[in-house]
Amino acid sequence: MNKNTHFKRYLKLDVLPTPWCPGCGNGIVLKTICQSFDELDLPKNGTVVVSGIGCAGRSAGFFDLDSVHTAHGRALPVAEGIKYANDALTVVVVSGDGDLLGIGGNHLLHAIRRKTDITVICYANEIYAMTGGQVSPITPHNTKTLTTPDGNPDYPTDIQSLFGYHNCFFARTTAYHLGHMKKCITEALKFKGFSFVEVRTMCIVNYGRRLGYKNSNEMLLNFKDVYKMNDNAEELAPDEIGIIRVNTDGHR
Amino acid sequence: MGTTTFIEGSIAVAKTIGVCRPQVISAYPITPQTHIVEHLSELVAEGELKTEYVNVESEHSAASVVLGASATGARAYTATTSQGFLLMIEVLFNIAGMRLPIIMTCVNRAVSAPINIWNDQQDSLTARDSGWIQLYAEDNQEASDMHLQAFKIAENKDIMLPVMVCMDGFVLTHSFEPIELISQEDADKFLPPYKPQYYLNPKNPLSFGTMVGPDGYMETRYFLEKTMRDSQQVISDVAAEFHNQFGRFHGGLIDTYKVEDATHVFVAMGSVIGTLKDIVDEQRAKGQKIGVLKIRSYRPFPKDEIYKALNHVREIIVLEKAISLGYGGILANEIKSVFYGKPKTPKINGYIIGLGGRDITIDTIHHVIKDAVNTSFEEKFIGLNEALIK
Repeated sequence: MNKNTHFKRYLKLDVLPTPWCPGCGNGIVLKTICQSFDELDLPKNGTVVVSGIGCAGRSAGFFDLDSVHTAHGRALPVAEGIKYANDALTVVVVSGDGDLLGIGGNHLLHAIRRKTDITVICYANEIYAMTGGQVSPITPHNTKTLTTPDGNPDYPTDIQSLFGYHNCFFARTTAYHLGHMKKCITEALKFKGFSFVEVRTMCIVNYGRRLGYKNSNEMLLNFKDVYKMNDNAEELAPDEIGIIRVNTDGHR
Repeated sequence: MGTTTFIEGSIAVAKTIGVCRPQVISAYPITPQTHIVEHLSELVAEGELKTEYVNVESEHSAASVVLGASATGARAYTATTSQGFLLMIEVLFNIAGMRLPIIMTCVNRAVSAPINIWNDQQDSLTARDSGWIQLYAEDNQEASDMHLQAFKIAENKDIMLPVMVCMDGFVLTHSFEPIELISQEDADKFLPPYKPQYYLNPKNPLSFGTMVGPDGYMETRYFLEKTMRDSQQVISDVAAEFHNQFGRFHGGLIDTYKVEDATHVFVAMGSVIGTLKDIVDEQRAKGQKIGVLKIRSYRPFPKDEIYKALNHVREIIVLEKAISLGYGGILANEIKSVFYGKPKTPKINGYIIGLGGRDITIDTIHHVIKDAVNTSFEEKFIGLNEALIK
């Protein structure tokens, strides 16, 4: 393997391709996570991936690492249990917005409060994709989904706002901004304390096509048009991507 | 009159729920879910069904929302399956303890780990002791009709217990069959509006589910158990009343097929009954006197009815799609208990089949029959992949 494909050592190549639909953004995020692992040269016998249920939840099975595929919503407490049992492990949660913020939302509040030293990568596609495209906790207001045919009557959860005054790492990035995404994930992994990366990614099959997008690329390029980089903000505006870190001394 | 439509099981159930005029429906569309609640949300969105439809963030919340709605005097409904069902269990016990006549559909599917969303009956059987009446449907017509019956059983003022209608995932929910759908007019004739006796009302304040210490808790369980037993009569009566109005009878607490003169009888619940009836016809053509007993009401468990139907039988073969790990077949052991203390005990064999969606074919049943001839009083798995257990 040359330098450019060295990240593949973190993947179970024999189980690829993934079951994700053509045009799905999850593969981009999966690859970038591996590149960040590679950049930090994380030991394969010292890194654990935990995921919940959903499209993103399938990720745990693709890493050539110890992994746990938990019940829906329970990735965070399982990851915390792993970390408390063996502090030497790097523990990474890879899951989706429905899993982490919907059914598992309560756990996120308390993982933030406990500042457990784990890293969460959230594939934020604004939809429950695996089950056909039901409204998720971060589906924007008025947006049409399978379960909101007249538009979402509710307003989305602002993930960033959950972090409040807690000394945790929060970053928002997108599947379009590859270099930025890698930087966010790498910094999050290096952070001592609770770190969360919201990766905006696209689902064309069960979301985008109902919104009028012609193809996945159009959704990807929309990230380019919408999001501006701001890595020095104390708080990100809805159309900004960047890293928020209240205090580098976030270790419990 | 109703109309016959070629329709998916889930959609038929959703349409029946629609004509039952629920006032609040709550569901979480995942973990996993079926087209039942999806179609109900469509009916609401299209203005065909006037009800409060609440899409929540987990099954625990869905069960809690219908608890709150029912305690406020509304007719409430939810549906789930598999892991989602397990997440509801805490609230299911609360609902029964508060004597709230909520109806839910449990679409029967396996539970993890490992993750498996295919059909078996481990999910609902895990909650057999929750205080919910549990009914199991053989086919989609019965599943559809059972929901209308369920509301009438639950809301009977002498019962006031929640009812769970269990139907096999995929085998029923995702299969298309010609179904006679129930019209709004017929449903209204069968099921009057729900008039709660006790509900949250500022003019007459009541508390639900409050702390009861050792001085009174046991009595709440006594009354739950007593009502469960009393509900046997109501379940039979409602089935008869349904038969009168609609001309369809799927059985009361149990149903039997060619059991009267049988020497050998299969006992099972759910969709496998259909396969077993085919086997019975095939074996009878060869001169074997064989029959099927369908458990329709699993809780309350109709011991007396089962005994009455089977006391002349030489051999019983129990087939089930769930297991009490460390004990064996759940239904098999309950059938054995039916004959405890009776003068004559038939030979009873139990078989675990079809876990996690493994197909139950005519061949599977042939294996069972072959095995049952040579063994007695045993429980075993049938249909294992020998290569995987070496």
